[in-house]
Amino acid sequence: MSEGIQIRGVTHRIHGAQILQPIDLSVPAGKMTALIGPNGAGKSTLVRLIARIDPLQNGDIHVGGLDVAATPSARLALELAFMGQHSGLVSRLRVRELVAFGRWPHCQGRPGPADHAAVGQALTDFDLMPLADRFMDELSGGQAQRAHLAMTVAQQTPWVLLDEPLNNLDLAHARALMVHLARLRDQGRSVLVVLHDLNFASGWADHVVSMKAGQVVAQGTPAEVLTEPRLSALYDTPITVGSYQDRPLILHHM
Amino acid sequence: MFSKPAMRAKIGVLVGLVVVAAALWMFQGLGSGRRDFILGLRWEKLTALILIGTSVAVATVLFQTVSRNRILTPSIMGFDALYLLIQTLAVAALGVAGFAMLAVGPKFLIETALMAVLALGLFGALLGRGGGTADDIARTILTGVVLGILFRAGSSLIGRLLDPNAYATVQAISFANFGRPNAALIGWGAALSLPAIAIALWLGPRLDVLGLGRDRAVTLGLNYRAMVMGTLALTAVLVAVSTALVGPVAFLGLIVAGLTHGLFPAARHRLRLLAAALIACLLLVLGQWVFERILGQQAVLSVVIEFVGGVLFLVLLLRGRIR
Repeated sequence: MSEGIQIRGVTHRIHGAQILQPIDLSVPAGKMTALIGPNGAGKSTLVRLIARIDPLQNGDIHVGGLDVAATPSARLALELAFMGQHSGLVSRLRVRELVAFGRWPHCQGRPGPADHAAVGQALTDFDLMPLADRFMDELSGGQAQRAHLAMTVAQQTPWVLLDEPLNNLDLAHARALMVHLARLRDQGRSVLVVLHDLNFASGWADHVVSMKAGQVVAQGTPAEVLTEPRLSALYDTPITVGSYQDRPLILHHM
Repeated sequence: MFSKPAMRAKIGVLVGLVVVAAALWMFQGLGSGRRDFILGLRWEKLTALILIGTSVAVATVLFQTVSRNRILTPSIMGFDALYLLIQTLAVAALGVAGFAMLAVGPKFLIETALMAVLALGLFGALLGRGGGTADDIARTILTGVVLGILFRAGSSLIGRLLDPNAYATVQAISFANFGRPNAALIGWGAALSLPAIAIALWLGPRLDVLGLGRDRAVTLGLNYRAMVMGTLALTAVLVAVSTALVGPVAFLGLIVAGLTHGLFPAARHRLRLLAAALIACLLLVLGQWVFERILGQQAVLSVVIEFVGGVLFLVLLLRGRIR
């Protein structure tokens, strides 16, 4: 099993605004870790720094023992896959073609049998086989989201980093995604996922990290982090927490 | 290389049409006297047209990928205006005689290298971040348009400060003329553009990844910044070749890229580059044949291309086809 993510002294500024205060954090390997917190907490920024989408300004980050700032791009792409908020595609792609791009770090555009098999598996896992030959611009938002997720998973990296992957997904596909992430975790892969729906974090994550105003304010098991006092303070609003099957059940809709 | 039989068939048809157009250009109305001389002249011009078409087409496809936008072309962003500004500055610094006495090849190479460096400096910072949001695209377009105006105004201002002879020299290089390409530069242009096109084809799969956008490209392990800068450098070299040979052609690339997208909507870059080059060659060779031989120089191809391309640009803008 690979080593975890080690974050030491990471700060980040955007246009002069301090987005991340000094952050020290360890994310365990082989687990599903949910990153939660209110808007503007710095969750997406932190995940993008881990994936080296944005350059590191201060501190250091190691993923699976690799120094993110110093590791060659091609090597890092074999260690972690990242899915953020995707912008539009310039090229007109079919779903199968987009998912096949997930194999680029392994085959550099010359796919072999193992790559075709991985693409087929990802299409099946995300219920995309019926849509495999459709163009991306013909899909609904949720279908496109699943295609991007399938591409990320097809990369078959030890670490999978997802920034709000449940956006645009209906309840059934949101749950199916969490089932799939749990399956990846059970296979020994490590998942770090930014979530806004706290009940998905409670139901599926092994480890929860909460952030507010650019700082990590709590981390631990769902039962340790998803408590009434902590969540009410985190979101500055009264939140009731019940229990279902020994997991916290967050009631924040009334 | 190409998986879809339909696409291969389309490429085959395009190749056939280019061959027919080239044959028409070479042999139609040849007459009986001085055939070798006429064929030589026609061959020279055909070579220039093919070189120009291929360079403009490949440069446009490359630039649209790196800018993640289907209506931007290097010309609209001011690349050829930058090349003209460099030439105008050279005329101003050296005078007409000094400019004319410079060895053609080395002068061309220095101008092209200078243009590549300036283009990387100006557009590398703009496109290297690769934001991809509507704000980034709007900023890219506005910056490019402003830069284009700035370069053209700079050329015009310097031209007006020159003596009439120098001004005439600047004017001569400021307008496209497919009928009189700069024959002295065909060999030099080919020496630069053919390797650039070969590199672009070799980079085809990486260009496919680049087209996914910065975040995707980075997470797939592409060295995004190096790829953007390399693509811009290739674009600058190809625009320099076409501008040096025939002058600035603002909208040829837009027409070619639009037709390529329409005919090959889902093509990967290697196929798209090839298709765009064939379409551009067909347009230029057939167009020049029609205007020169059928219409007897009653109209000028460059003007028609600018008019049609300008209308297409407006249509794409008004239809909101910003990407």
